[in-house]
Amino acid sequence: MSDSQTPAPSTPAAGTPDSATRGSAPQTPEQSRWHSAFREITTGSALISVLAVLLALVVGAVMIAFTNEDVQAASGYFFSRPADTVSAIWQAVSGAYSALFQGSIYNFRRPDFADGIKPLTETLTFATPLIAAGLGVALGFRVGLFNIGGRGQMLIAAAIGGWVAFAVDLPYGIHLVAALVAGILGGALWGGLVGLLKARTGAHEVITTIMLNYVAFYLVSYLLRDGFLKTPGSNNPQSPATKPTAIFPDLLGPNYNLHFGFVLVIGATVFTWWLLSRSNIGFQFRAVGENPNAARVAGISVQRMYVYAMLFSGGLVGLAGINQVLGTTTSGFGAGIDSGIGFDAITVALLGRSKPWGVFAAGILFGAFKAGGFSMQAAEGVPIDIVLVVQSLIVLFIAAPPLVRTIFRLPTPGALPRRQRPIITKEAAAK
Amino acid sequence: MKLELRGITKRFGALVANDRISLTVEAGEIHALLGENGAGKSTLMNVLYGLYRAEEGEILLDDVAQHFSGPGDAMNAGIGMVHQHFMLIPVFTVAENVMLGHEETRSGGRLDLPAARKRVREISDRFGFDVDPDALVEDLPVGVQQRVEIIKALSRDAKVLVFDEPTAVLTPQETDELMAIMRQLKSTGTSIVFITHKLREVREVADRITVIRLGAVVGEASPTATNEELATLMVGRAVDLTVEKTEAASGEAALVVTNLTVHDALGHVVVDDVSFTVAVGEILAIAGVQGNGQTELTEALMGLQPRVTGGITLDGVSLRGRTVRQVLDAGVGFVPEDRTEDGLVGEFTIAENLMLDRSHTEPFVKRFNVQLEYLSRFATEKVAEFDVRSQGIDTPVARLSGGNQQKVVLARELSRSLRLFIAAQPTRGLDVGSIEFVHERIVATRDAGTPVIVISTELDEVAALADRIMVMYRGRIVGIVPGLTPRSVLGLMMAGEVPDPAGPTNTPDTDTPRTEGAAA
Repeated sequence: MSDSQTPAPSTPAAGTPDSATRGSAPQTPEQSRWHSAFREITTGSALISVLAVLLALVVGAVMIAFTNEDVQAASGYFFSRPADTVSAIWQAVSGAYSALFQGSIYNFRRPDFADGIKPLTETLTFATPLIAAGLGVALGFRVGLFNIGGRGQMLIAAAIGGWVAFAVDLPYGIHLVAALVAGILGGALWGGLVGLLKARTGAHEVITTIMLNYVAFYLVSYLLRDGFLKTPGSNNPQSPATKPTAIFPDLLGPNYNLHFGFVLVIGATVFTWWLLSRSNIGFQFRAVGENPNAARVAGISVQRMYVYAMLFSGGLVGLAGINQVLGTTTSGFGAGIDSGIGFDAITVALLGRSKPWGVFAAGILFGAFKAGGFSMQAAEGVPIDIVLVVQSLIVLFIAAPPLVRTIFRLPTPGALPRRQRPIITKEAAAK
Repeated sequence: MKLELRGITKRFGALVANDRISLTVEAGEIHALLGENGAGKSTLMNVLYGLYRAEEGEILLDDVAQHFSGPGDAMNAGIGMVHQHFMLIPVFTVAENVMLGHEETRSGGRLDLPAARKRVREISDRFGFDVDPDALVEDLPVGVQQRVEIIKALSRDAKVLVFDEPTAVLTPQETDELMAIMRQLKSTGTSIVFITHKLREVREVADRITVIRLGAVVGEASPTATNEELATLMVGRAVDLTVEKTEAASGEAALVVTNLTVHDALGHVVVDDVSFTVAVGEILAIAGVQGNGQTELTEALMGLQPRVTGGITLDGVSLRGRTVRQVLDAGVGFVPEDRTEDGLVGEFTIAENLMLDRSHTEPFVKRFNVQLEYLSRFATEKVAEFDVRSQGIDTPVARLSGGNQQKVVLARELSRSLRLFIAAQPTRGLDVGSIEFVHERIVATRDAGTPVIVISTELDEVAALADRIMVMYRGRIVGIVPGLTPRSVLGLMMAGEVPDPAGPTNTPDTDTPRTEGAAA
């Protein structure tokens, strides 16, 4: 029992007489430490996520107070009238956060419900691509892969799916499905390429995904300027508008931006849940993610799982890309169509603890930040950067679970008890 | 120096790892600390070495209370530790390793290597260690590396030496040499604490034996106690150390390995031209010191090694060059030597681990859907059959004890219909009770007519299970001998000496044969 807390007794003998095997031995603990840290950050408990959001909002409040002009003015005479400063801080922080709420959930200033609820539909519209891409990144996390290539996968998906959407003539409905499938396939191919490189050559996916982001960006830029994505007779590096037959239908009528993409994303969340929790492919994915050695010994082809996982991951990110072209920016897209969603997706996946419904919730939260951030700036003059700071702080706190645990004094799950404090006993001091 | 521990209590949260343990080691005494894995031996020694701070109790050296806030204090007080896993830097020389941590310098901050060399030579000569101070540690055999550890401790004037499971990595011959060294140290007045769970060594060398179970001292024993008495104290109930085993009803050769050679990634030969057969209904034990090619041999059989030449056929079907999946489908059951690393997915539940290597086909999977109902029925049944103690089939296996984890692996592998069963180090790190269970299952598998290969570095295990014993050394087969071959002969073979057919050698056989009726 207690020995489990002392340096692992079950590790294979350190000093083997065979010098050939020794070369690889010292790396193992290092790798497993990195591996366990990776696992903790990507799949830790939901409580940490909630607390991280809470902490980030608190720190964000401090930032708002510091940057507010009224607070700065009142703090000039803090020692004569401290109440002024306190009330200025309260005004600034509560004003900013209520503007955030009204801009993202429900606007009380509007007369009727139909108008009041509009911010929520904006939130869901913003959340749609974040959830899709977040699911893709989360799926990668569960297989032990760090897919930073969201940008490239979205761009390729938008390029291929977008081309189908504006250049091909098909009847209503079929055209939409064709463009959608083309987009998802585009993302899947761009992701699968990374999986293939990793499986065949061992190239690390972090490097290859980052590099393929550049490849995709410049490739799409070129295609928009001189290739098949170029709008005829225009010098703008922008594609033609999506044909009406391929545009996602509105869900709540023309007054709202929310479109069919949100329904697709709910479907994608259910699918990802089924894939990871109920299917045998997901079982093998998770086995590879948790312990690739044991998976290999159990006859699971780790290489093949890497390829499959990157195909699925890229496909889900591709859904985010095609969603932008068919739903959000239907008037033609440029090379900035991904608008940073590929990277925000990493945050969403982390916040959602790589669980499909967790990602869904995290995506909506980030959608709310996006929708509310603008109104916060408009209503209270709070710089929109504050919202970005809060988002970044969330990632920071999630990436450092021990920090959150220390702040809230949570016990470390299944870990070493606290190490000794400096020992000062009476006898020792007397000497 | 006399060491006394009084009422040491160490808690980890709710867990009491050491419960009022008292222990006295007189000067010039070898005191064995005997207990199963997880009994609290290592925790106690970490308290002694200043790595943990005990909640209660005190440590006395020559009747003076000590307060250690780290290993440095313990070393200065004269306590030295020889760890199970050596704390040496492989690319440093012996002298550099010995001076590490208390380097003496000459003018200009230059290391005083000559002094360190002299010190190593002096200690080495005093005890007849035969260690060259300028040899690189990585070039030394394990037994000699251990002596470097001892020199390290002695060079800091250690009067109390703690040996933490020192024989786990040694050949039987090296173990005997270590015993001699311990006796010699004792004759110069050094007190020795010898931590182990191997009964034979304890009886051979210890002056007094303290047995620890579940964090508390359960009794003292004299070295004249029998294995059964000691084991009973350790486990807390009567233990049958012999394996009930009838004579092998071996039939035709099922597994035929011919001229098998395995290269590692660097191109070194790790398994060198190995040929052997395993017959239906027999256990072939592969003995040898850790790292002599056994691991690579099993991996080659399982399809886990990429660079394999030679032939492997099972029931006439070639297995060489097959994927792991195909090898498993051919009916090979495999218990890997490192169960937490290769055998189980720690975060997966017991149930999930039970379907780990059958996640591609019915009955566990139908049209991509994992059959959860079937799985839970299957898992409940197997958990009962293999006596896996847990809070339920949804417990992550990482929370199970080593013995229960191994039962999960066995349950998974033995619940398929097998044509060959390979168990690598099946009882490493297990308590005596689980060892009994694992051995029984292995023998039962053999009796069901399955050819079995057991890889083990423990001679006790080899002797208990084997119908035939194959000894490996540096990737080669030294010889294949009958199951009743004396321990001394096996020991020499493990060191690479081809057995002399004349029989007994100069090393006395200190152990009675463990098996009855098993002859080859």
